[in-house]
Amino acid sequence: MSMKNTTVGNWFWGVIGWLIAITIFFPIFWMMLTAFKTEQGAYSPDLIFMPTLESFRDVFARSNYLGFALNSIYISVGSTLLCFLLAIPAAYKMSFFPTPKTQSTLLWMLSTKMMPAVGVLVPIYLLFKTVGLLDSVPGLIIIYTLMNLPIAAWMSYTYFCEVPAAILEAARIDGASLWDELWHVLRPMALPGLSSTGLLLIILSWNEAFWSINLTSANAAPLTVFIASYSSPEGLFWAKLSAASVLAVAPIMVMGWLTQKQLVRGLTFGAVK
Amino acid sequence: MSMSAQLPDAPVAPVVTPHTPPPDKPRGWLTFLMVPAVGALFLWMIVPLAMTIYFSFIRFSLLNPDVSGFAGFDNYLFLSQDSSFYPALVNTLIIIGSVLFITVVFGVLLAVLYDRDFFGKNVASLLVIAPFFVMPTVSALVWKNMIMHPVYGLLALGMRALGLPAIDWFGQYPLLAVIIIIAWEWLPFAFLILFTSIKSLDAEQKEAAAIDGANPFQMFFAITLPHLQRSIGVVVMIETIFLLSIFAEIYTTTSGGPGHSTTNLAYLVYSLGLQQFDVGIASAGGILAVIMANVVAFFLVRMMAQNLKGR
Repeated sequence: MSMKNTTVGNWFWGVIGWLIAITIFFPIFWMMLTAFKTEQGAYSPDLIFMPTLESFRDVFARSNYLGFALNSIYISVGSTLLCFLLAIPAAYKMSFFPTPKTQSTLLWMLSTKMMPAVGVLVPIYLLFKTVGLLDSVPGLIIIYTLMNLPIAAWMSYTYFCEVPAAILEAARIDGASLWDELWHVLRPMALPGLSSTGLLLIILSWNEAFWSINLTSANAAPLTVFIASYSSPEGLFWAKLSAASVLAVAPIMVMGWLTQKQLVRGLTFGAVK
Repeated sequence: MSMSAQLPDAPVAPVVTPHTPPPDKPRGWLTFLMVPAVGALFLWMIVPLAMTIYFSFIRFSLLNPDVSGFAGFDNYLFLSQDSSFYPALVNTLIIIGSVLFITVVFGVLLAVLYDRDFFGKNVASLLVIAPFFVMPTVSALVWKNMIMHPVYGLLALGMRALGLPAIDWFGQYPLLAVIIIIAWEWLPFAFLILFTSIKSLDAEQKEAAAIDGANPFQMFFAITLPHLQRSIGVVVMIETIFLLSIFAEIYTTTSGGPGHSTTNLAYLVYSLGLQQFDVGIASAGGILAVIMANVVAFFLVRMMAQNLKGR
């Protein structure tokens, strides 16, 4: 294989690689483009047009967009924090003071992820209805916390395992309390890993649509539910649908791109390295 | 050769080994740190499932409080006689099967393609994984309205430009349309996992095979595919669990129709339980989904147990 041949080969496969990437990304690109069109212009496939923010203005003016966005933020951030609150102590115990039972505990935690949501939809709906959690932000926070807890525990566990135990031990010998040890010694070292875990949990909660559609309507509906409301005849307003979608998707996509490497660890529970 | 100059990529997730517990004093009391997480997950696993099982054996309708009492297997019998049951079961299997097929085959091919070096590869790979971060309701509506619309959709415009009749995707091939949308959402997931995995393939091994005169096909089937086998297994099982509960895409595009042509098990349970308020029969459907998931989960957990032992 000569050098020249390899270059030509790389060029050829590069073009194929880019063509596929553009094809896959095209619906998203098209949505972004349509968001800057007028409602009349949205039906034409023009690539060159006068961009306008009209649809974005309409989305804010005609719907309580901010309310839905705030619900999304409350629910995803709230469930992520609660997840950490439950997961970090457990992960600390399991990684620094493992017992023979630790591995089966971890596996058991993961196995709770295997329950299909639809299998428990009816009882959760009835429970929530009985205790008044239906269509409430705390209700969805609880569900998403439980849904993501195994991932949070697992990822924190793997990150803690990478922290040198000797440093924590030195702190203990110097008389640091458990809190000091966790907050002043462990936290700074595990922070990069934990923040990417946090971003993954936010992404998962932000985009979750099974529970949000079934458990919320007017008060606690996040953006997934708001966008779903465009499936009615309003769906014909493409520019507004696109503008609302761009606002709902853009921040999460940036987060996803930033955390793509940790994503694999979180989504496969470390089964793929 | 450019290949030998390339350093093998560092593994993305380093191997994790738990710390050895300090021998000085017993720290059994630290177990209390596990209680919140384990307790919460235990309740989450036991209570709703026990309720679903219980509901599936009693007569329970939210519309008619007079309906009560033990039902035996009647709910399961009613469910199996419901006109939408067999379509839902078949559609669930078709959706899972075809999405798995599309995402794994194209995911492997894309991973192999992106394992090569080419201009702007990192940026291109960001575009490929982008759909995974789009919320399902947005994906479904953008595809349904702007891509697959029979008059103004991009595909219709393209077909007409070629002088062909436009396809009414959701009118003529609703299930296929739904499958395309779901596959588009999950292909990035498969690609991301398989791409990560393929990077850990030993460059020396590939090179040795190339020197021995192996052609690209031989290399793919003898080296790459066996290396990816495990990751493919992981992709198949994780996707199956999620695909069993696919709901938002169907809810926002077809509402299970026309007829029952896009109703899957998840949508059927929703429609029985939350639209017709027949808790008993809906619960029987839920249990069916749980059983299907458990078959898959059995293999997934076994595989991850091997993974932990391998450390």
